[in-house]
Amino acid sequence: MRLLAGLLMALAALPLAAQQTLPPAPYAYRQLEDPAQEAQAQELMETLRCLTCQSQSIADSDAPMAGDMRHQVRIRIAAGEEPEEIRSWLMERYGDYVSYEPVMSASTWPLFAIPLLLVLIAAAIFWRRFRKRA
Amino acid sequence: MIAEIGLAALWLAAALAALQLVGGLVAQRAGADAEIARLTRPAAILQGGLVAVSFASLLWVFAITDLSVKLVAANSHTAKPMIFKLSGAWGNHEGSMLLWVTVMALAGALIAAVERRLPEKTMQATLAAQSFVALGFYGFLLLASNPFERLAQPAAEGLGLNPLLQDIGLAFHPPTLYIGYVGLSVAFSFALGALLTKQVTPDFARAMRPWILGAWVFLTLGITAGSYWAYYELGWGGYWFWDPVENASLMPWLAATALLHSASVLASRDALRVWTIMLGVVAFSMSMLGTFLVRSGVLTSVHAFAVDPERGSFILFLLAIYIGGALLLFALRAGSISEGERFSVASREGALVVNNVMLSAILAVVLLGTLYPLLTEAFDVRVSVGPPYFNPVSAIFVFPMLAIMAVGPLLRWRRDSWGRISKEVALLVALLLAALVLFGLLAEVAILPLLGLAFAITLGVASFLPLRGRSLRRAPLSLWGMVLAHFGLAVALLGMASESAFSTEKLAALGEGDVTSVGPWEVTLEAVEPVAGPNWTALSGRMQVSYSGGEPVEINPQSRNFWAPAQQTAESVLLTRWNGQLYAVIGTQAPDGRWQVRLWWKPLVTLIWYGGMLIALGGILALIGRVRSDLRRRSAKRKGAARRLEMETVK
Repeated sequence: MRLLAGLLMALAALPLAAQQTLPPAPYAYRQLEDPAQEAQAQELMETLRCLTCQSQSIADSDAPMAGDMRHQVRIRIAAGEEPEEIRSWLMERYGDYVSYEPVMSASTWPLFAIPLLLVLIAAAIFWRRFRKRA
Repeated sequence: MIAEIGLAALWLAAALAALQLVGGLVAQRAGADAEIARLTRPAAILQGGLVAVSFASLLWVFAITDLSVKLVAANSHTAKPMIFKLSGAWGNHEGSMLLWVTVMALAGALIAAVERRLPEKTMQATLAAQSFVALGFYGFLLLASNPFERLAQPAAEGLGLNPLLQDIGLAFHPPTLYIGYVGLSVAFSFALGALLTKQVTPDFARAMRPWILGAWVFLTLGITAGSYWAYYELGWGGYWFWDPVENASLMPWLAATALLHSASVLASRDALRVWTIMLGVVAFSMSMLGTFLVRSGVLTSVHAFAVDPERGSFILFLLAIYIGGALLLFALRAGSISEGERFSVASREGALVVNNVMLSAILAVVLLGTLYPLLTEAFDVRVSVGPPYFNPVSAIFVFPMLAIMAVGPLLRWRRDSWGRISKEVALLVALLLAALVLFGLLAEVAILPLLGLAFAITLGVASFLPLRGRSLRRAPLSLWGMVLAHFGLAVALLGMASESAFSTEKLAALGEGDVTSVGPWEVTLEAVEPVAGPNWTALSGRMQVSYSGGEPVEINPQSRNFWAPAQQTAESVLLTRWNGQLYAVIGTQAPDGRWQVRLWWKPLVTLIWYGGMLIALGGILALIGRVRSDLRRRSAKRKGAARRLEMETVK
């Protein structure tokens, strides 16, 4: 019985294993020769979301898709593209969701307005509390 | 039979919680000596005992692997080592909720048994609040997640043998955090009790303080351990991802830190009454919110939450009642509580107010960044909020807080002048500027890590200044606790800033015999060999690594394939030197036969977790110091009372 279950599980796992044996794209796990370009690529990769993981950037994930995206970022940087061009290209393909870089837009303005409000509230609290004595 | 005992004990405990609630409420109208009101304390104590019996029953059915219990069949296995059978009891939804109410009931029993310094009526209101919260969670357990449910037909064998969960760190990480979460429920109950009776006194803060300290120590340890686990297990060298699950533990910690400081002001100066109450409410609210985020499935997707709504809605409902109710009570009563003693800006209290506001603002930023994507997802707009948002936005409040944290402890209570500590301030400012110039000019560090390095060094020195001119042996333990905790934060900050500023990364494709280097290390891949474990096979790299030309050391990073369930994990190797860590991972083989190897040299990275441990140690020292002086005060009071009695009989 247990053997059977094991076999079934192994069978179920096969397609997964087959997918993983595809070799990763060359620049998924290789750095660019030029350290300045690599630093640029690294900085960009840290702000791009791995779409198949939970809360990880493509710079720290083993997911095949993250590897492909790293490859894309590196060859495009090497070809002389600007990081922000690559970001907008990716955002066009995968939506705003792919970028961690906070951008002010119709759907994100509270993310900027609220911290600003917090600064004002903090200032108001100090003002009220210390006005009399200071 | 054992499972039924556990369930019966749980129902009885819930009934006692109801009695406790009624008793505590009646006391508010009829006075503390009403017959039913006097049952409040015994009900709390008995309830603690019953829940302990219930939890012990759960441990027992897991220990003997009683496969007729649904939870055991789904989460355990006869072949598991005993320690993981036991930890399996709380490594699942139902069991972890039972652990939650167990900690909560035991905490309630303990305050009912020992806490005598508050007016009896306030104590009864506190116990009523504690039972009110507990009742919701009893309901959740008994109606929506019964851990003792039987199967009609006992299972032949259990299902749970997930190798990844059989990790000693993972076995104790959740209970550590839970104890922290639930410990804050006591602070919450004290706050509600004080609001109900309008008795916000230094005694109230003193009664609450050991609980905040204890919960805070557990939260600190839980977060530190969780971060280290992510660091070595995920194989990419990251230690904090601003993941909602991580934020769920950080938010109660931030609130508890603010509460701790505010309660200290209330205990020693009878000021900041309203703040303390509010933070007491907020801290446990953050715990409940964290539990909701982790337990409801809302994190994988808002829509996944809607698919299995029963549990999620139940917790959301509890959340709304408790947080909403507590805030409502706060809004109604806060106006009638006076602020307490006044103080000037240049005073210990003034500095603590600034820090409390800053901590609350950081908390608000983390809360916003965590909830906002969930909120927009409900409207089908997907937004990513990650490190590029959290780091700079929280920094707006973190660095002012660190600055005040350096000088605040040097100020005197109530009224002081900056002139008195001008020498110390000048020293610290000079240190800060020197560090900024040094690292800014020599190392070209980015702005946040640069500020981090400079503030870490300054705060590291500043944290010991409160000890100046004191006899080190006679300084009270709680002072040492503060010094250590503040120093620990500086140490952790230095680790984070250094990791971010000075790490070097090397991704290399290496054939057998190839050499590469990362930072001061030279790395030779000698061979890659297959190895097998009990439920995995692995490719193990044999590498010789040498630190700046020194004696080579062999390390063996592995790429493991588990077969049930099929899963690939990278077993990274961490080689620690006093000044940092070498982090090595071996990946897959490229078509040309070379191996993909990832290497990092992370200077001072280990300080992050040593710092976390120092912070917790500081908390432990403060806790011991406070409890000891409480006990001493109590025995002095008793002796005084005895002597007075003696005098009167002599007369």
